[in-house]
Amino acid sequence: MSLKNIVEQLNLFKQCKKYNLPLWQCPQFLFLFLGIFIIASILIIYAIGVKYINEPEVVALITLLVAIFLIVLDALITRSFERLAEASRMKSEFIKIVSHQLRTPLTNFKWTLESLLSQKENLISEKYFEYFKILKENSERMENLMKDLLVVAQIETEGFFIKKEEFSLEELTKEVIKEFECLAKKFGVEIKYYFQENLPKVLADKKQIKEVVKNLLDNAIRYNRENGKVEIKIEKKPKYLYFEIKDTGVGIPKDDQKYIFQKFFRSANIMRYQTQGTGLGLYIAKKIVEKSGGKIGFKSQENKGSTFYFTLPLSKNFRFL
Amino acid sequence: MKKILFIEDERGLQNALGDLLKKEGFEVISAFDGKTGLELAKEKKPDLILLDLILPKLPGFEVLRELKKEKETKNIPVIILTNLEEISEVNKALELGATTYLVKAQYTMEEVVERIKKIF
Repeated sequence: MSLKNIVEQLNLFKQCKKYNLPLWQCPQFLFLFLGIFIIASILIIYAIGVKYINEPEVVALITLLVAIFLIVLDALITRSFERLAEASRMKSEFIKIVSHQLRTPLTNFKWTLESLLSQKENLISEKYFEYFKILKENSERMENLMKDLLVVAQIETEGFFIKKEEFSLEELTKEVIKEFECLAKKFGVEIKYYFQENLPKVLADKKQIKEVVKNLLDNAIRYNRENGKVEIKIEKKPKYLYFEIKDTGVGIPKDDQKYIFQKFFRSANIMRYQTQGTGLGLYIAKKIVEKSGGKIGFKSQENKGSTFYFTLPLSKNFRFL
Repeated sequence: MKKILFIEDERGLQNALGDLLKKEGFEVISAFDGKTGLELAKEKKPDLILLDLILPKLPGFEVLRELKKEKETKNIPVIILTNLEEISEVNKALELGATTYLVKAQYTMEEVVERIKKIF
């Protein structure tokens, strides 16, 4: 029992360290302190009350002092929460400003490159054309990072909205597969899909879910082997649609599995396969799916492959078919 | 030939998009700050105004407000061309009378030109 207490305490200190706050400003510690203080003061007041039972004024005074102390403690706790909320707000504000400021030079890049590349026939030799293509690709990478950061900031400040509409998940998936044909060919990966017949429509944000599917397919292709396979399945379950994507890739090491949906997490073996990733894709995918009323998860075995899946609620009209 | 007033403080964007618009047969008038933009709008009476929101001397929203107040400019279609993305800003611009709101970073120049042609 005492070992457990010690472990709990250690966690508390770790928590407060995470916030970069001194102990007396850390909400968890203050709560614990408050709890202990309340219990102690009840006992003390009882003891004093029993002793001075003939002098109620003394008991009343002590009770008053205790109450004042509790109020001060409460104020401290509230202040510490305010500080945390403010820090979170400032972080989102910062992301917003930085991403806007970075978008401006990025747009300059993008449009100037567009001008240059459109003049290929007249002015640019093959060699320079290749260099410009690399510049264009890299400005696109920066743009994608910017976009992801903005989505993350929105998610964290609850400014993230899901617009629900009915759409066909299999049609959307086919579109995405088509978009990734080039990439799949480049990595030597074959994409197969099996969709059940007469699938009902789902009710979710089409644009956001497209991002989720794109992210999962991108991972399945990039972390795959040469001549590997990607299999996509969509099935109807009683209250939802089930989407599964299986790859014959490198899999996720067991130790990393619990961190997979965390922000900025990049597994150690990943750097070999996808140096471009931001570590935000799955975090965003999880938030989108959960906000849409679905669940997301995966099964993975190192060196064998991974299977990612998510579910989406059916559109009301189809619920009882 | 249709006249387009391009109010944007970034020289790189003025060059790139300006060149493309000229190639597509439009006459392009450039303004690098909000105050000049407003003056040129009243003076030259363009057929379309491309308006950035973050501008020196007079911010984009103020320019838009003035444009829609003055009799001589209030019927000129205005396309907001900016990198600000907040829903609140989009709504504000549309309420003030902007025709379209485009986030620069999300479009290629070709796509912007398509939208412009659609207005005419």
